[in-house]
Amino acid sequence: MDNLSSALVFGLATLGPGLGLGMLISKAIESTARQPEAAGMIRTTMFIGIAVVEALALLGFVLAFVLQA
Amino acid sequence: MTVGLRLAAADWGGEFSGTFDNINSLFRFPPLFDGITLFGFDLWINRTILIAWFMTLVVMTIMLLGTGRAKVIPGKLQSLVEMIVDFVREIALDIIGPKGHKYVPLLTTLFVFILFMNLAKLTPFLMLPPTSRIAFPLFLAGIVWLVYIGAGIKEQGFVHYFGEMLFPPGVPKVLYVILTPIEVISNLILRPFTLMVRLFANMVAGHILVVITLVTIHVFLPSFPVGWMVGVIGLLAAPLVFAFELLIIGLQAYIFIMLASVYIGSSVEPAH
Repeated sequence: MDNLSSALVFGLATLGPGLGLGMLISKAIESTARQPEAAGMIRTTMFIGIAVVEALALLGFVLAFVLQA
Repeated sequence: MTVGLRLAAADWGGEFSGTFDNINSLFRFPPLFDGITLFGFDLWINRTILIAWFMTLVVMTIMLLGTGRAKVIPGKLQSLVEMIVDFVREIALDIIGPKGHKYVPLLTTLFVFILFMNLAKLTPFLMLPPTSRIAFPLFLAGIVWLVYIGAGIKEQGFVHYFGEMLFPPGVPKVLYVILTPIEVISNLILRPFTLMVRLFANMVAGHILVVITLVTIHVFLPSFPVGWMVGVIGLLAAPLVFAFELLIIGLQAYIFIMLASVYIGSSVEPAH
């Protein structure tokens, strides 16, 4: 039961960031295609955004381990 | 023999005696000999530490041979090292700005260290990234944390840096009740925490993936009539898994220094 709950915690925690990352990266690719000369700046901003969005999934990952202990 | 025992046996490269109940057995190894205990921490030498020392030795050898007696026309090793340094410098100058020159040595060291620690994941006979133990990412993120706070204090002054961070200008006074705690958590706690967990989680997941792929081959391929085909699938999947892990290894080292320079850049240049 503990294992199931921790797996569920991580699974649920990935839902939002998964959607967010999809949107973020697709938009970044789109804008790179529209304006290739701004690729460097877009990539940098994309990675910063990814770092922020990913934080939630990472918190879920840690919480899964915390619940298991 | 349970699945877990098989996993452990394959990872240890032999028979595994004893029982364990979770995935920790793939990462935690007994000390090779008794070390000293300092302030409640066990400073023991185990497999992880030996791997870390070995990879440090390798990277030090490469960097020293590559940069010692530098020539105008670089040799093979020197051009490799120059490529790495150039790559990091471009990131630093791109993100931090002209003041980024000062941080290129730090970022290069971080990049090379993380890259080689991660590469131990796919190095034959080692097959364990030291960065999958939380201590390594913890200290690396701690270094970045100290550096970007130090850079902020040095470039902007203590009061100005923390004032801008905790009370962003151009916001109605009432909102500070909500905004200040959020800024404290995100700038001082969540930044190093996610930096640490990102590297740690990717390495843990990667190590488990590699172990499972190899164990599938190890367990199923010899059992000829029964589950033989599963072993063949594992054998075919192994190069793909390794290639994917190689990508993750490089990407994590890149993202780590990228975010480190973003954080340093936000300290060096005041937010607009």
